[in-house]
Amino acid sequence: MTITQQILQQLINGISLGSVYALMALGYTMVYGIIKLINFAHGEVFMIGAFIGFFSITKLGMDFFPAMFTAMIFCAILGILMERLAYKPLRNAHRVAALMTAVGLSMLFQNLALAHSWIGASAKGFPQVFPLQRFQLMENVNISSDRILTLAIAIFLMIALQFIVHKTIMGKAMRAVSLDKDAARLMGINVDKTISFTFALGSSLAAAAGVLFALNYGIVVYQMGLLPGLKAFVAAVLGGIGIIPGAMVGGLLLGVTESAVSAAGGSMFRDAVAFAALIIMLLVKPTGLFGKNVREKV
Amino acid sequence: MAKRFSALLQFALVLALGYAIQMAMDAGMINRYYAHVMTVMAIFVVGAVSLNLINGICGQFSLGHAGFMAVGAYTAAIITKNPDLILPAIFTGNVRFILATLLGGMTAAFVGFLVGLPSLRLRGDYLAIVTLGFGEIIRILLLNWDFVGGASGYFGLVRHTNFFAAFLLSIITITIIRNFIQSSHGRACVSIREDEIAAETMGVPTTRYKVIAFVIASFFAGTAGSMMAHLTQMVTPASFTFILSIELLLMVVLGGLGSITGSIGAAIFLTYAAEALRAFRAYRMILYSLLLILIMLFRPKGLLGTQELSYGLLKESFKSLRTRWQRKKNDDITAAAE
Repeated sequence: MTITQQILQQLINGISLGSVYALMALGYTMVYGIIKLINFAHGEVFMIGAFIGFFSITKLGMDFFPAMFTAMIFCAILGILMERLAYKPLRNAHRVAALMTAVGLSMLFQNLALAHSWIGASAKGFPQVFPLQRFQLMENVNISSDRILTLAIAIFLMIALQFIVHKTIMGKAMRAVSLDKDAARLMGINVDKTISFTFALGSSLAAAAGVLFALNYGIVVYQMGLLPGLKAFVAAVLGGIGIIPGAMVGGLLLGVTESAVSAAGGSMFRDAVAFAALIIMLLVKPTGLFGKNVREKV
Repeated sequence: MAKRFSALLQFALVLALGYAIQMAMDAGMINRYYAHVMTVMAIFVVGAVSLNLINGICGQFSLGHAGFMAVGAYTAAIITKNPDLILPAIFTGNVRFILATLLGGMTAAFVGFLVGLPSLRLRGDYLAIVTLGFGEIIRILLLNWDFVGGASGYFGLVRHTNFFAAFLLSIITITIIRNFIQSSHGRACVSIREDEIAAETMGVPTTRYKVIAFVIASFFAGTAGSMMAHLTQMVTPASFTFILSIELLLMVVLGGLGSITGSIGAAIFLTYAAEALRAFRAYRMILYSLLLILIMLFRPKGLLGTQELSYGLLKESFKSLRTRWQRKKNDDITAAAE
């Protein structure tokens, strides 16, 4: 295996892993953009999405795509409920109060999953829904059918999101609210509805990411949201939090870096890479790759 | 002078009380299980009060306090277990333990400096994510470090911690942090919590004060970790997980963000509750997270808020209750007269 082949192989692995991070990072970035809150429970929405997909396939006998769609719908509703019940009452409270609520929600979901008799502590095998095929692109450079599928779905969802944000009325409202909540309200935009819609969108993307992650790694477990959730947040910061294209680029960048590090023999430090990247980014350019310096007005 | 003398007297009295409890334990008047629980309470008081300095007084949000405890615990454990590593072999027994605890705290403080500086420079919630990530990284590194036993942990420590040691540490922590809060540095930290932009405009070097508070809190977390390690006689990566950070956070929130007495009370109460609810272990974290959410929704400043529980506060609230009752009585009388 030559160096070029190895680089290409890791690039392929990294892009497919990165597309999952990117899908999740979109949820973080949209929510942060609109209400300036790090939604710590986002990783758990990812986990719940994966489990809904898993149970839809194993218990209800659904095909892969309907199962993923079910997970997305379920998590969209979950996202709306979460926002309405837990975050909305705290919209004008101190920042730390909302953050702690988010951490509390994340712990709550994780431990409810742990205590649930269907889920429990042990990891479960995600069924191989599509027969695994490997396509040889070059000598020693392979891509599996699951990876292609992941990438295709991720790209499709990102294009759909771009369409929603830029071409629909609701998307316009989202952009307006994230720019200036009060001015948007004066223009007759229903701010509460827009925020709920943003949560629904972000959560459904996280659910899709969860199902795709489970498909690729073949397992579902109650803690699966923790590390991908943190990494997706890092991806969002890398691209510039609040900026949608930034989250996509940040996710891909993080995925590729991670694959490169584990290929270079540092698989033990794979999980530490994301945080090293975060700290370096915060030191060098805290606003992220695509971020602009915004003056804070008082 | 008289004030300083009375403070010293108070300090001496409190220490005498702690020593008396220790004597009672040694004499077997308090059974060993309760002695253990009380020692754990004292250690958690250190953890909660130091976390309150970051989350309550400074208004920042750290999620990695357990990580700093782990740093302190492992550093101290390495020193006490290897008689000629780091510290010369002339220090033995309890002297070595005390020095190891201090060094553990200092290592944690140094790591806190490294972690805090990049993330505290910025406004916003980066500290939460960075500290959360830091806790995870520490756990992963310890899992892979064979010198300290990897996943199975570091065993065979001598049991240096007794109730009095933990009690003494908690008293020192409370005294230093209380004095810090009441100093001009502490006031600067409170001003950052209340309005960071306004504080900066008034010339408060916000980053510096946030880092100072963070480093102090990390130091005490490290010493608490060392105490814990030498109480349970082993350290494993599983002893200092994210769940421990959440428990400490809940103590701070329950007692009130910014209230030292609140943190002390909540640390004692929650440690007791964790023991009492041992049978419902599986549901404990569900209960804790629900509690955290509900407190935040209904009392975003915590149960006590920033108030300190003191004789004065009790007197005050009693007085206000009495005036209210008096007024109501007067109203009733006038209503009856009409």
